[in-house]
Amino acid sequence: MKAQLVKLAHARSGDKGDTANVGLIALSDEIYPILVREVTAERVKQHFKGICHGKVERFELPNLGALNFLLHESLGGGGTLSLMTDAQGKTFSTALLRMEIEVPDDLIFG
Amino acid sequence: MKQKIRIAAGQGFWGDLPDAPVRQVEGGPIDYLMLDYLAEVTMSIMQKQKARDPNAGYARDFVPLMLRILPTCVERGIKVTANAGGVNVRGCANAVIDVARELGLSGKVRIGIVTGDDIMPRLDDLLSRGIELRNMDTGEPLSTVRDRIQSANAYLGAWPIVEALKTGAQIVITGRATDTGLTLAPIIHEFGWAENDWNRLAAGTIAGHIIECGAQASGGNCQFEWRSIPNLADVGFPIVEASPDGTFVITKHERTGGWVVIPGIKEQLVYEMGDPREYITPDCVADFTTIQLEYEGRDRVRVFGIEGRPATEFLKVSISYSAGFKAVGTLVYSWPDAYDKAQAADRVLRARLDRLGLKFDQVLTEFVGASATHGPLAGPPRSDVPEVQLRVGVRGQDRNAVERFTKEIAPLILTGPPAVTGFAGGRPKVEEIVAYWPALIRKEEITPSVEVLDA
Repeated sequence: MKAQLVKLAHARSGDKGDTANVGLIALSDEIYPILVREVTAERVKQHFKGICHGKVERFELPNLGALNFLLHESLGGGGTLSLMTDAQGKTFSTALLRMEIEVPDDLIFG
Repeated sequence: MKQKIRIAAGQGFWGDLPDAPVRQVEGGPIDYLMLDYLAEVTMSIMQKQKARDPNAGYARDFVPLMLRILPTCVERGIKVTANAGGVNVRGCANAVIDVARELGLSGKVRIGIVTGDDIMPRLDDLLSRGIELRNMDTGEPLSTVRDRIQSANAYLGAWPIVEALKTGAQIVITGRATDTGLTLAPIIHEFGWAENDWNRLAAGTIAGHIIECGAQASGGNCQFEWRSIPNLADVGFPIVEASPDGTFVITKHERTGGWVVIPGIKEQLVYEMGDPREYITPDCVADFTTIQLEYEGRDRVRVFGIEGRPATEFLKVSISYSAGFKAVGTLVYSWPDAYDKAQAADRVLRARLDRLGLKFDQVLTEFVGASATHGPLAGPPRSDVPEVQLRVGVRGQDRNAVERFTKEIAPLILTGPPAVTGFAGGRPKVEEIVAYWPALIRKEEITPSVEVLDA
């Protein structure tokens, strides 16, 4: 079945220049491997089409049950150059939580 | 040697809750108060202030704060580490000395100052020796913006602060020092850690990372079960309780709001993270994939298992330069057809800007209430959305063009689509853009200087 990430994870995002970072944290140990399998850098790049204009990098933190994504060229120049309401990428976290992924039918959420 | 020291975060940024440091000092036992004042472009604001007034150029809020808390700090032996000195560390220290004398604490307070981070006067020398200070993001050499530079500072780490503490300083004031160094230094000092004790230095660095954004580690901006977070109105700022073995507990004062929970600590750990195996500071390289967390009671999270690697040969340099002008104008459109009206108004505005022949590097339109934060991911707004804010920003090199843009917003009320309001703030302000230029410099080029003054 399909499930939206907001039911499976929480997140926090921030900026470094024109790059947004999104840390995605599984709500349980059972959910983390599903995130690793489903929430790939490619899928995140596709999800942020029209927002992220550069590459997407992914890093794994199994100790925290978390994935960290770097979304390059996403903040309208970044810092003080950016004209965006969210020049610091603070809401990229919840934007990622909109994504729907495939999960096992018997999964117990968070 | 103490077996436990408590370091309290008092500010997450310059402009954070003014009473937070006071509450940290008075709300329970602490050994150190850590105050981070410097955002990336703060130094340029301070350079400008210093150019107008040679006594200015530091975080002025720090001085009245010391007036409030210094007597308690002296009475209880609480030490303070703060990067409040900006581009005028000595000026800041002198102002604190005046405060100490005013409070009748002469001879009872020693103030350490850490300088050597400011490389603004040395830029031409560095560039002439082939040190290009290339932009870490774009790869461009600094020479492309040389004539527009407003400030240039190397990030100093924990060790100069440790030296000041060793010399007996109770208040240590730095210029550009890393946020993590302000927390790590007291731990190194108290436990006598070695310069190559990479695992422990990494642990102290991660402790600093967790508390450097203030309450963001103790319930603020916490997505995890946010409705359940108790009493944010009275949020307690985080405290690190460090042990000599490199483990530590994150906690907060009793009878304060917010919470210290593992999901919240995880959120702060991933905040502004790059490659988690390579969290690089002047003091070490910390590996975030080694961090282990467990509960040690209510509002107490124990952090252990941290590994680190040797520091790099480089320091990060933060340079600010003038990069043109910008302005943002907003108007609010109401039901019915709020989104359509806002879009129509944007088309009218852009046609007028075109007709005026104004040149900008960028014109950005956002629709607050529809797509400003999540863009296309939000999908089209509901047709009966009660209101939408039109938000148009421009940026360019010509101040006059940006100024002219600001005069085109209010007229839309009488000359554009109907049911519009929200212009109480007057004409948008033109802002000078001071942009950030991150670079690296070899450590041997920077010589930190430490001095301890008696109040």
